[in-house]
Amino acid sequence: MPQTKFAPWDDPNQKPLIRFENVTKRFGDFTAIEALTLDIYEREFFALLGPSGCGKTTMMRMLAGFEAPTSGRIELQGQDIASVPPNKRAVNMMFQSYALFPHLTIWDNIAFGLRRDRMPKHDLADRVEEMLKLVRLEQFARRKPHQISGGQRQRVALARSLAKAPKLLLLDEPLGALDKKLRQDTQFELMDIQEKTGTTFVIVTHDQEEAMTVASRVAVMDQGALMQVDTPEQIYEAPNSVYVADFIGDVNIIAGTAQPDADGVVMLNRAEGATPLRTRSEIAFAPGQPCHLAIRPEKIAISAERPEAADNMLQGKVMDIAYIGNLFTYHVELPDGSVIKAQTANTKRLASRSFTWEEPVWIAWTDSAGVLLDR
Amino acid sequence: MRLSWFNVTSLTLGFAFLYLPMVILVIYSFNESKLVTVWAGFSTRWYGELFSNEAFLDAAWVTLKVAVVSSSFATVLGTMAAYVLVRGGRFMGRTLFSGMIYAPLVMPEVITGLSLLLLFIGIGLDRGVLTVVLAHTTFSMCYVSVVVSSRLMTFDRSLEEAALDLGCSPWDAFRLVTLPIIAPAVISGWLLAFTLSLDDLVIASFTTGPSATTLPIKIFSAVRLGVSPEINALSTIMIGLVTIGVLTASLATKRNALRQKKDAQAAARAA
Repeated sequence: MPQTKFAPWDDPNQKPLIRFENVTKRFGDFTAIEALTLDIYEREFFALLGPSGCGKTTMMRMLAGFEAPTSGRIELQGQDIASVPPNKRAVNMMFQSYALFPHLTIWDNIAFGLRRDRMPKHDLADRVEEMLKLVRLEQFARRKPHQISGGQRQRVALARSLAKAPKLLLLDEPLGALDKKLRQDTQFELMDIQEKTGTTFVIVTHDQEEAMTVASRVAVMDQGALMQVDTPEQIYEAPNSVYVADFIGDVNIIAGTAQPDADGVVMLNRAEGATPLRTRSEIAFAPGQPCHLAIRPEKIAISAERPEAADNMLQGKVMDIAYIGNLFTYHVELPDGSVIKAQTANTKRLASRSFTWEEPVWIAWTDSAGVLLDR
Repeated sequence: MRLSWFNVTSLTLGFAFLYLPMVILVIYSFNESKLVTVWAGFSTRWYGELFSNEAFLDAAWVTLKVAVVSSSFATVLGTMAAYVLVRGGRFMGRTLFSGMIYAPLVMPEVITGLSLLLLFIGIGLDRGVLTVVLAHTTFSMCYVSVVVSSRLMTFDRSLEEAALDLGCSPWDAFRLVTLPIIAPAVISGWLLAFTLSLDDLVIASFTTGPSATTLPIKIFSAVRLGVSPEINALSTIMIGLVTIGVLTASLATKRNALRQKKDAQAAARAA
């Protein structure tokens, strides 16, 4: 049966390309990575996402061989690579600063790694031309790195790290130095190249949009630990913690205590006298257990009139309207003073908006729109 | 732009202060008379005499040999020291070592010379070309190390990591990536060491023996017997050589900077 969906992580028979097993890394007193276990599979585009100082770069440097784990095992195709120096690993890295050799031409930069392998001259030239074609830089081959633009340098760095056909390519904030428009184009180019070459990519980034766009799976990290490892859809729709929900995209977090009901429905009690909120939950809650409802602004409907029927509806008044062209974000103040964000697509003309500042509105959402979180 | 009378005066005074002694020396090197202070017409006679004076030519040859060999050793040692101190990571006493490498820079030459002399006598090394080379290597390697380490500090470490990542052994990474990039600093370190060795008198006179008279020692001892026009001629040649060297170096730097600026502009246009 042909498998249509790429999801080796769901297949128990798949062997991971990389396995972190209980890896800890300390620098003096500082713990960069704490007892971390993670499998990455062949042909994956895997993103390590987190704020600066969360340990994502340390993980990448351990894969490249520039740092050794303090304890635990890192396996590449089932082999412990702790004792393998960086120049003997079938792993290549694209550096954040690109690290192009300024004294060599673009051609020689790309040929650098191949020469170290003593590749025959003819094959070497073919391979370099192939790489130049892949990143569309044929006419710049004879230039030096300082004679080309930032975006072109980024592509040279990519071509150089791919030239040796590594089993694993590490990308350290590869698009950080590019401006927004170029970055978006390059993201799609990266995905395209990853698909064409079939190489496993591990990308480190602090840009959640970038991680969501390019990756087959995303690992959200915080303070040396993995918070959640999942597909971008799952991370967005079903975050497992307030941290992940808050880190990815815009979210409303409503705190309260749980009151389980029948059929996987949990009622969320907020303050005394406030309407309980109805949510379907995959995880079970004990009565009175503190919990948080995470709900995305675009899943909340806003209307001037009271909706006919809804699982949850609350009345408030419009406090603020943010207009970002394609979207409106309404900040709705509830009677208890808390603020809920609701988002609508800008499908109508500005003039025909049915409510404005200070007007009373209703917000509503279904019981499956949000997720209930216990941490 | 016209300069005000104040600027003209200060410029004239300043440059006169710097160059008048040398100009006088150059002029008198073309003096016909044997008496240094009496002008008797233009002549290149003393240049001719200089080139037939075996003692001066020998001394010049010794000086050149000492300078080339000692500055080359100093460059290798100084670059190694700089590399370890900047790149070696943290190790016990690193701060102490990097402070200590500067010590010869501030140490009076007399003390350096004397201590080297004591060392050579202590280990029973006959004084001659070898001891002068060793002494010059010792005091000039710290200059090289200072020049090279300041370049290494601004060197992007990830370049070396990229070389390792692409399959270089640490030695290959140094040879193929680090060294070509820091080469200008290494070369200027070598030139500095070469010049220092060329005109050192104090340390050489402590550590030399009868078989190895360097040019500064020769000039100094000749002058003590009275300044001869030959010395003037020799000094003029040295001034000429140094001027050519400095001009070439600065012109090369300037052209390099211009080319890089043009390249950067071309890249900006291409973007």
